Amino acid sequence: MSGAASRRWRTGSQPLLWPALALAALLAINALFDHGFLVISWRAGHLSGSLVDVLNRAAPLALVASGMTLVIALRGIDISVGAVLAIAATVAALVINGSSAAAATGGGPHLAVALSAALAAAALCGLWNGLLVVGAGLQPIVATLVLMVAGRGAAQLLAGGQIITIYNASYADLGNGFLLGVPIAVVVAAAIVLLLAVTLRCTALDLFIRAIGCNPAAARNAGIRAGLITMSCYVFCALCAGCAGVLVSANVRSADASHAGELIELDAILAVTLGGTSLAGGHYSLAGTLIGALIIQTMTAMIYTLGVPPETNLVVKAAVVIAVMLLQSPHVRRGLRRLATRHVLGEGA
Amino acid sequence: MSAALPAAAPRGAPRLRLDARHVPLAVTVGLLLALLIVGGVRYPGFFTLQVMLNLLIDNAFLCIVATGMTFVILTGGIDLSVGAVAALTTMISAVLLRQHASPLLVIPLVLLLGALYGGVQGVLIERCRLQPFMVTLAGMFLARGLCYVISTESIVISAPFYAAVAQLRVPLLAQASLSVGALLALLVVGAGAWLAHASEFGRTVYAIGGSEASALLMGLPVRSTLVGVYALSGACAALGGVVITFDMQSGYGQHAAGLELDAIAAVVIGGTMLRGGTGYVLGSFVGVLILGVILTLITFDGTLNSWWTRIAIGALLLAFCLLQRLQGRGGRKETR
Repeated sequence: MSGAASRRWRTGSQPLLWPALALAALLAINALFDHGFLVISWRAGHLSGSLVDVLNRAAPLALVASGMTLVIALRGIDISVGAVLAIAATVAALVINGSSAAAATGGGPHLAVALSAALAAAALCGLWNGLLVVGAGLQPIVATLVLMVAGRGAAQLLAGGQIITIYNASYADLGNGFLLGVPIAVVVAAAIVLLLAVTLRCTALDLFIRAIGCNPAAARNAGIRAGLITMSCYVFCALCAGCAGVLVSANVRSADASHAGELIELDAILAVTLGGTSLAGGHYSLAGTLIGALIIQTMTAMIYTLGVPPETNLVVKAAVVIAVMLLQSPHVRRGLRRLATRHVLGEGA
Repeated sequence: MSAALPAAAPRGAPRLRLDARHVPLAVTVGLLLALLIVGGVRYPGFFTLQVMLNLLIDNAFLCIVATGMTFVILTGGIDLSVGAVAALTTMISAVLLRQHASPLLVIPLVLLLGALYGGVQGVLIERCRLQPFMVTLAGMFLARGLCYVISTESIVISAPFYAAVAQLRVPLLAQASLSVGALLALLVVGAGAWLAHASEFGRTVYAIGGSEASALLMGLPVRSTLVGVYALSGACAALGGVVITFDMQSGYGQHAAGLELDAIAAVVIGGTMLRGGTGYVLGSFVGVLILGVILTLITFDGTLNSWWTRIAIGALLLAFCLLQRLQGRGGRKETR
């Protein structure tokens, strides 16, 4: 095992090496320009510091990207996560406001009702996507495009075109509070991702997903229930988006149907590809995705610490996407290697 | 293929039988007519020539962008950067015009820049074998980001040429008239239809969409055509941006938000398969008109909110995708 691992290190095909190095480099740059960046202190009963901030802000993205990883591993893609996030946030806000108006106590049961309503709405969206992909056999990008376009409309319809302000304090704590000193958003995201990782490790699900992603027909012939697994992955992805919707709306104490989670589908796909998961399916890395989400958030933090105008955020992101794609492309790698060997040979001669 | 079909049909079959490939287009046209009739019956004043022409005037930029998008989708690719490129075009135009550059210089320049932008994406997709979705996604980030780097505020265009073009109306019969943007749109759709169906470029595009490997084996210029398709889409997006500057009289990074989705929706509703190889430029034109009619109907109704538009577009997308899917199944059964 360790022999195989070291061989992989030597040949440079260790999948997590490059993303981890990129994250380390970004953190180092941040620490260089802002000396307090890596300092974590205990203040006012909770952890505080730039790193905690980055983790807290990366939590919703990490959640959405984790769900997206499974879908992409199955050769699919889910571009409706932003819309699902908005729907879940709107449903949660409507339920929590409705119930707190009835009983101003703002106790636990209302929160539980709101959360389950939001997650149920998200699961329904996932089921819809899964039905279109598995049942109707549509291309994943088209199937989820439908919900991406219509979903925001539905969320606006639910919200009556308004931004819903949330007054419930315990709901707002989900996005702003701390559990044992750690931001609740980070705890929630970590718990869900850990649960997913354990499920993948301890069951054959990981193997099944890789098999379906590599070759769906062969997997089906081998007796894997590809349809059921694909369907559950879309539902899980939507559930992750729903959780993120709750976290995002709790953080800003309001649900904005038209702008909540805008472009998060793109950030999530970016996080997944940054983590070394191939869009062609079959090979995926959940840890890589988490690193990818952290890279994106650290990059945003870096733009602020460097004092670069925040408008450049998109340009930097685009540059990183292009660089990562080029580095991942086998064609480009082959070309670079050929160039390198030619260079070495030229120096030798 | 098309030459072989009539011979294969049984003798005495009615000549009017629809070719299976034309079914989506026929459904699209039928839907447009149905929507128009519903509008005409329900709302007085809907069936005037000017309302019909306004459909074209209000959606001129979408027509232009959708035409370019049709070519990309016909090759089996996708271009998510069109909205951002259009916004960047409005921004660059506004900045150059503020420096008192001549509009007659600015417009060709931004068109060239658009083609170049698309072309570079095409090179990345073709030479480096990257996924169109990811490359144009990065292109979208980059173009929108460049807009904000230029300015986060809207820049007003005060050049008299743009004001004159915006007010210019080309009169048609019965006091109805068309704008310059609408004329440009008609021109682009016409040129696009010619390019797709009567040129070597168009034939290669269809061949690539059918099977890229076969097109390569046939010795078709696959590489240059793929780059050309993305350059064409970029140029169309830039022209769409120019039409937007006529309408808006300003450059702004948030112009044309979501334009790429509307364009893709119009192309799919127009009967073009997202996996490439089948579809028509004219279909996309009809698709744009359908989107326009839905918007107009919602405006005429007055009680429906704007978010119904998105739901309606989503429902239409779904219906057409399912139709294509059914058709794909039917077609495969026939050939087996």
